[in-house]
Formats: sequence, structure tokens, C-alpha cells
Amino acid sequence: MSHLSDEQLILHYYGEADDAVPLERHLEQCEACREVYGSLKRVLNVMEALPLPERGANYGAEVWQRLTPYLPSRPRFRFLMSPWRWAGAGAVLATLLAAAFLMGRFYPQTRRPVSVTVAVAADPLAQERILRLAVGDYLDRSQMVLIELANATPDRALDISSEQVRAANLVTETRLYRQTALHTGDAVVAGVLDELERVLLEIAHAPSRLAPAQVDELRRKLRAEGILFRIRVLDSTVRNQDGHKL
Amino acid sequence: MELAEQAAVERARSGDADAFRLLVERHSRPLFRLGFRMTGNESDAEDIVQETFLRAYRQLARFDERASFGTWLYRIATNYALDLVRARNRRSEQSPAFEGGAEDPLQSAPSGDPPPDRLAQSGQVREHLAAAMEALSPAERTAFVLRHFEGMSIEEVGRMLGCQPGAAKHSVFRAVQKLRRALEPLVGTAQ
Repeated sequence: MSHLSDEQLILHYYGEADDAVPLERHLEQCEACREVYGSLKRVLNVMEALPLPERGANYGAEVWQRLTPYLPSRPRFRFLMSPWRWAGAGAVLATLLAAAFLMGRFYPQTRRPVSVTVAVAADPLAQERILRLAVGDYLDRSQMVLIELANATPDRALDISSEQVRAANLVTETRLYRQTALHTGDAVVAGVLDELERVLLEIAHAPSRLAPAQVDELRRKLRAEGILFRIRVLDSTVRNQDGHKL
Repeated sequence: MELAEQAAVERARSGDADAFRLLVERHSRPLFRLGFRMTGNESDAEDIVQETFLRAYRQLARFDERASFGTWLYRIATNYALDLVRARNRRSEQSPAFEGGAEDPLQSAPSGDPPPDRLAQSGQVREHLAAAMEALSPAERTAFVLRHFEGMSIEEVGRMLGCQPGAAKHSVFRAVQKLRRALEPLVGTAQ
């Protein structure tokens, strides 16, 4: 009789095993597996003893008090109550076109006149505002991944699996923005995004644990290519424009 | 999404601060618990709560009304907490971390420990549990917290972390295996 794997036992503990009944039957019959499972349960059960500070019933109100100084006093999302929605292919396309337009417009070396992109938006002002948020957020997330790796100075193997997940998620987004930038003729922006996509792919496909020498090599590469700086410039111009306009 | 919450989200999106306040008051405590379990640090957990709501407020326009608002907040909090934990881990890498060796504080637990119910009351054991959690990678810790403490399915954990269920499952497995190695000397033979 073959024994149950750790994975099967863990899934069984959490009630996620596909084959719960035969697994239970096996546990009844197999003392070795029963012992392992018993030990697993004791360890997981004792995790409940992890300290957890209490917060009173008024905690939410306290959080709100701390938040209010940082929240804008005027309505900020009223544009989104309008009938149009982001769902649907047409709206998505409009979003991407306008995003590329914005990036091209905000990028210091690229000044292009307003073109057909504005026409696709139902409300250009609202569109622009939302897109600034979206583009800024996307650039922030990209920067965060690169900064974390560029600043890592481990003296032992570094687990980058989490950065890899985020990099992989950003690849699709980058590709869409890049393609749209190309479509609208923003070669400079498309170039930056092409470089970013390549770097993100490289991170996503690297081993999940990097030796210090590999991390060092990656850091040198990021710095040599200057991609972080170029993303930061783009982000900064988007943000500055945001401040002036809002 | 619950009707009252849905209405509050809708009003908040139109700029109603009182509606957003309702959402803050409703979700602050669960977010604090999540933040604390992910970071093991009270001030980090407070920071996570505050930053989560600020980000949510800024990004409310992008929230899909068909989704659960609580889940959306959890996703924001999880991402931010991951960043915090990673940054802290980098700082702590300056000093040697234990990896199953003699320096592992869990290994220094006295033998003949009391059974789990009494272990749970022991401050020393709590410290050991916290140390075992600290030894997990940020991805493992997050996946474990979401699966074990928040009761999310593996699939939900994957969605929360933006990865495939297989990757989420792997993170949970690795976390549990590490915890087992670290804590079995404490609870392994107790009944």
C-alpha cells in the first residue's frame, strides 16, 4: 500500500482534497499515514495560538479619523456614475488608445497634437483623469518590481517568486500599452515599454531563487539599461500633469 | 455583494464620504487582522489598514461592482503587505537567518513540552510560532495566512495573489512543510 503524500494530507486538512472518502479510508487503515496526519494537524492547530492584538469596536471610527486628513474633500468619482462603462471591447480599445495618447503627451520628448484619440472618449476630461490614475498606477507597480530587485543586496539566495508573479502580470499590460503606443505612432513611449516588457519577461522567467551573484548581475543590468530611470521620468511627468490638472 | 454594502460602494463612488466611512468602519478590523498576521507587527498592520483604504479611495473608480468589495480590499492589503514584508526581509538579511540549523530558536525549545492546548497559553510558544512564520518567504506566508487564517480556498488564494491555483497550492504546501519542520519538535508527540 503506497502512503499518502504531504500534499494530499494538507489538502485533506483544509477540506480541499478531491478524493476525501478514499483518503479517509486509507487513514483508517494505515497507521503510518495516520501518525503523519496527526502530527500535521497538531502543528496546524497550534498555529491558532499565534498572538493577535485586539482592536475594539470603535477601531473603524478611529481609522476613519486618521484617514480623513488624507482624503479629498470634494467628490472624486462622480464621472464614473455616468452611463458609460469600461466594460466592452469598444471601451477597452478607447481606453488603450487614450492611454497611449496620454503617455505620448506626457513624455517629455514627445509632444503630439490631440488627435482621433479624444474623439473616442465619451467624456474626454473624465477619461483623461481616470487614465492618468490607471497609467500612474501601472507605472508605479512596474517601478516597484524593478526597484525591489535593483536595491536587493542579499548575502544568500534570494526568493524572487513574488516579484516574478507581479512581473508576469505586468507583461500583458505592458504589451497592450506598447502595441497601442505603436498604433498611435508614439515611438519613444513604445520603445520604453518594449524595453520594460523585455525586462519583465526576463524576471518572470528567471529561477525563483537567485544566488547573490545572479542578483548582482540583474542589478547591474537594470542600472546599465537605465530602464528604471526612464520609467520614473514617464511616471513623474504623468503625476505632475495630474497635479496641475486636477 | 451584500445590498447595503453595494449601496455604500455605489454612493462612495459618487463622492459620498459618509458612505466611504461606513466601508472603512466595516472592514478595518478584518484588515488589521490580515495585516498583523502577514507582518507580525502591530504598527505595520496599522499602516496596512490605512494605506489600503487610501488606495481603495483613489482606485474606487476601477472597482468592478460585480466583485466583492471586501475581497478587493483584501487584494490591495495583501499586495501592500507583501511589499512591506519583502522590504523588511531585505533589511533583516544583513543578519544571518536560521534555516533549520542550530541557530533556529524553535530548535532550542525545551523537551517534554506540555500538550497543544496548554502550549497555546504559553508566551514562549507564541514566540516560537511567530518565529516560524517569520522564517517563511513573503509568498509562502501570504498564501498560508489566506488559506489557514482567512479560510480562502486555494483557488481564491491564487486569485488574491494574481497567480495560478497550482502556484498558490505550492506556496501553501511549502509554508506548511516549513512550519511542520519548525514546530514538530514542540507538538509532534503530544496528544
